[in-house]
Amino acid sequence: MPEITFVESLRMTLKEETQRDPSLMLIGEDIGRYGGIFGVTKGLLEEFGPHRVRSTPISESAIIGSALGAAMTGIRTVAEIMYIDFTTCAMDQIVNQVAKMRYMSGGKAKIPLVIRTQGGGGRGNAAQHSQSLEALFYHIPGLKIVMPSTPHDARGLLKTAIQDDNPVMFIEHKLLYATKGFVPNEEYLIPFGQADIKRKGKDVTVIAISYMVTKALKAAGRLAGENIEAEVIDLRTLVPLDLETILQSIRKTNRAVIVHEGCRRGGIGAEISSQIQEEAFDYLDAPIQRVGALSVPIPYSEPLENAVIPGEEDIIIAVKKLLYRT
Amino acid sequence: MYEQMLTIRSFEEKAIELFEHNVIRGNIHPCIGQEAVSVGVCSNLRKDDYMVNNHRGHGNCIAKGADLKFMMAELLGRSTGYCKGKGGSMHIADFEGGNLGANGIVGGGLPIAVGAGISIQNRDTDQVVACFFGDGATNQGTFHESLNLAALWRLPVIFVCENNLYALSTPVREAISVPRISDRATAYGIPGVNIDGNDLIEVYTKMKEAVDRARAGEGPTLLDCVTYRFFGHFTGDPGRGITYRTKEEMDQWLNRCPIKRFKEQLIKEKMMTEEMEKTIETNVRVSIEEAVQFAEKSPLPSPEEATQDLFY
Repeated sequence: MPEITFVESLRMTLKEETQRDPSLMLIGEDIGRYGGIFGVTKGLLEEFGPHRVRSTPISESAIIGSALGAAMTGIRTVAEIMYIDFTTCAMDQIVNQVAKMRYMSGGKAKIPLVIRTQGGGGRGNAAQHSQSLEALFYHIPGLKIVMPSTPHDARGLLKTAIQDDNPVMFIEHKLLYATKGFVPNEEYLIPFGQADIKRKGKDVTVIAISYMVTKALKAAGRLAGENIEAEVIDLRTLVPLDLETILQSIRKTNRAVIVHEGCRRGGIGAEISSQIQEEAFDYLDAPIQRVGALSVPIPYSEPLENAVIPGEEDIIIAVKKLLYRT
Repeated sequence: MYEQMLTIRSFEEKAIELFEHNVIRGNIHPCIGQEAVSVGVCSNLRKDDYMVNNHRGHGNCIAKGADLKFMMAELLGRSTGYCKGKGGSMHIADFEGGNLGANGIVGGGLPIAVGAGISIQNRDTDQVVACFFGDGATNQGTFHESLNLAALWRLPVIFVCENNLYALSTPVREAISVPRISDRATAYGIPGVNIDGNDLIEVYTKMKEAVDRARAGEGPTLLDCVTYRFFGHFTGDPGRGITYRTKEEMDQWLNRCPIKRFKEQLIKEKMMTEEMEKTIETNVRVSIEEAVQFAEKSPLPSPEEATQDLFY
């Protein structure tokens, strides 16, 4: 089992799926000769040709809308929006068209469509290239939402996303692209709605997504030095949400903190927290904590960006607060 | 074609009546006056050709071959409707009949039509896509993105602008920077054709040329079909749009009624007798009545169905 980067894992998977389904099409900005700005689609144009790897002008609405039109008429499609910030240019197509088409038609439309996009901060890309917008899409019925945190999960989840006959938002994190992990060559699919316990623990449940899983694991390592055993749950998919794994853990730890990079205000943590208290109120020994970004745009300068985006330290503080050890 | 135009008009008249009796909810956007565009365009389409529709789209659905019964059932919110009562007037879709659905978002359908065009190109068939939208949609960003992409990739899409001169209350002359919508085709290097949208034969002929081009792999065409809606923007528009249109203008267009014009032409050229005309009128009346009866007898959806059909 070789160790490869997140980008290599995505590329390998896209290549395999494009080979498997002779109709599958990739569409997005600069995904052809250039291979995508993160190199994910490198070499695919050369292998599959310009009809199956369609590099587009800067037209986000047309990318999403045409991906939808193609998907509805029998072409399994993976569309790429270079930065999740740019999905806002295509919001009508995503929210009013893609998400609603099947329902609005009384269940007649079949939409095998993946919207691959990339978000998150930490690299000084400033306010319009660093956002975490999963909560926006979470609010819209009709979209599945996937946020992998490792090269291994990225491969299994992307396969499932592509083979799914529904619209899937597949949200990658820019800081994960260069990370390495062991990825089996053989085929495996990771079902949606199946969270992964990335670290076992008995004292507190840390629920995280995407790059925050990495930070949560580092925080958990440091907490172990203080005899605090944190269980780290990687949700992997937000829609569907694996509430059962969360609840099982909380029944054991009686404490929960939810960590995400999107704004704490109106973030996914608020929703998960609400679901936990509805289902496991009696098991909680302390109020659920939420760790998320401050309610400001992501600033450019490093100390400012670090102040806005949650870090290991913020997770540690939240855990200690839960244990009344501050 | 005459029968189809008459069917569209009678369907709309019946729908307005049912709306006024509170049998139909929300709103409807009647296409009365625009029948020649629907029929002239769709008569050039095969069943396996695609159509992407807009909010004023009952006529286009009928011309593309929709079953009046399922349409009416949809308007009445019944389980037997095309969308099981989940879409309503603005979202009638019939994928088997090539109708990819209608859009309540002005300009929302154009990129979808481009996608259907990509699909045809990738599957290497000779199907085409007819994409209907109004004059208002040509001011949306999606119009530019879609025409550019379709032209760039020579996709078999015919962009049909049902230019009824008003975007809700805003006249075209106050909203568009060039004299004609067809002029905009120049920006994409594709043919832009200005058409008398109330002349069925002209619409049919110009659409045929566009379809032939598309099937031959020569790319998209923009058809600017100038027409007029006799009713207002929607059923709630006071005085059929009298607040922003003059009585003289409305009367002038009533005289250019596409159905009347085609009928006169048929009679003059002895292609339709009075007897034939009567038969057609009876047929249309019966089919509309049957559709209404079917819809009224159909069950309303049960509340549990509200959470169905979201995912495959």
